[in-house]
Amino acid sequence: MADFLMPSLGADMEVGTVLQWLVKPGDVVKRGDIVAVVDTEKATIEVEIFLAGVIQKIVVPEGEKVPVGTLLALLTTDGEAVTAVPEAKPKPAAPAPVVSPLAPPTPPLVARPTPIPAPPHRPRISPLAMRVAMDLKVDLATVQGTGPEGAITKADVERAAKAPPPPAPEPAVAAPIAGPAPTAPPKAAPIDHRAAMRKVIAAAMARSKREIPHYYLGTHIDMSNATGWLQVENLKRPVTDRLLYSVLLLKAVALAARQIPEMNGFWIDGAFKPSEAVHVGVAISLRQGGLIAPAIHDVDKKGLGEIMVSLRDLVKRVRAGVLRSSEIADATITVTSLGEQGVETVFGVIYPPQVALVGFGKIVERPWASGGMVGARPVVMASLSGDHRASDGHRGGLFVATLERLLQEPEKL
Amino acid sequence: MTDEEIKALFLRELHRIAPEVELSEIDPAVDLREQIDLDSMDILNLAIAIHEATGVDIPEADYPQMASLNGCVAYLHSRTRQER
Repeated sequence: MADFLMPSLGADMEVGTVLQWLVKPGDVVKRGDIVAVVDTEKATIEVEIFLAGVIQKIVVPEGEKVPVGTLLALLTTDGEAVTAVPEAKPKPAAPAPVVSPLAPPTPPLVARPTPIPAPPHRPRISPLAMRVAMDLKVDLATVQGTGPEGAITKADVERAAKAPPPPAPEPAVAAPIAGPAPTAPPKAAPIDHRAAMRKVIAAAMARSKREIPHYYLGTHIDMSNATGWLQVENLKRPVTDRLLYSVLLLKAVALAARQIPEMNGFWIDGAFKPSEAVHVGVAISLRQGGLIAPAIHDVDKKGLGEIMVSLRDLVKRVRAGVLRSSEIADATITVTSLGEQGVETVFGVIYPPQVALVGFGKIVERPWASGGMVGARPVVMASLSGDHRASDGHRGGLFVATLERLLQEPEKL
Repeated sequence: MTDEEIKALFLRELHRIAPEVELSEIDPAVDLREQIDLDSMDILNLAIAIHEATGVDIPEADYPQMASLNGCVAYLHSRTRQER
């Protein structure tokens, strides 16, 4: 029998609420399957399982908030005889590691080449609507969706909450999957996500500034080759395949990180652990405030078109508030691009346990001297925030120089 | 496509891109990048959705013209007239 625990989804997570189980006892799961939807203070996460086997028992019912490390479900792994579920299994006594939220996190998973599977089919509901339903104690089985493709929206839930209680639905519909009898309503207290997200960002950033001796480097990069190439390239592409220039930046960062490996990996337990894989975290700001930096996997090995598809998908899901556990936990280096906000320079704060953060400002037209001539060129300020425990300014400088060189030959990215 | 159909398409896609935005509060005349902080990725997704629904290929240089509800309706009108 194997344990499926509440995972640690990033350095700043302490507790998670099980919003929804996507499996029930008897279901066969394989590595990478999405088995549950978990709400953290920061986002709604589709949690993948890294075991293969058969689900035996759901231990934590939907709606319950538990610490990281709590037993969520039991499963028999491949080759193991399917045994009767032990009924007398003691209640999980929150076996969360007794550490402060600022202690080193568990090492994120790296070098996992498994492609992310599509989420299993289920009734469409926006994460926002799901949270509201939980707060207002609305049974989603009774809500009629009016959104795109019959999706249940926040407004639908609120309408259902105001409406007189519908006739008791079929018990089979209303009972939570394999949970205990629905005598105890979900105990999750309403979560103020904005305040909660501010708190987790505060904790992670305070830890970063307290523990990581940052050094900062910056250089102006002539982007005329890159933007010129991109313009021509996008003319050839139908609107569905067009690239944003940030895709060039992500690929260049990933290739530079492979060449200067001191920038790519984690500082864990007093030592630098480089990562073979290059998973680039992309800082994406949320319109309601706050930000989140999920990873695009294996950016160094992907073509520009592929990176664009991943980026589009990621931004869409960040905006909708639904991410996957592997994306949240395993970025090996992060890129922040504040160009759209009109800022020319950004020196970012490293997201622990990573050791480097690359910043890009807005592309601006500036006088640029080259070959004894001055001309107007599109220029971007690229910066590196490095962890001085893992690398020195010299290697950091090489990283930035490599980045600059790579961006001069966009056709090779 | 009628104006109403274009508007419905635009708003449906906007809801997908920015689910937190109250569609009834959108000012049809104001650029969405200023109004609700859409970025280049959001505008691209809007252009893709409109392309997929109408078949009109929108060059990158024309994105700013379709960044408001009214602008989008006017832009699609002019484009479909040209192509007739």
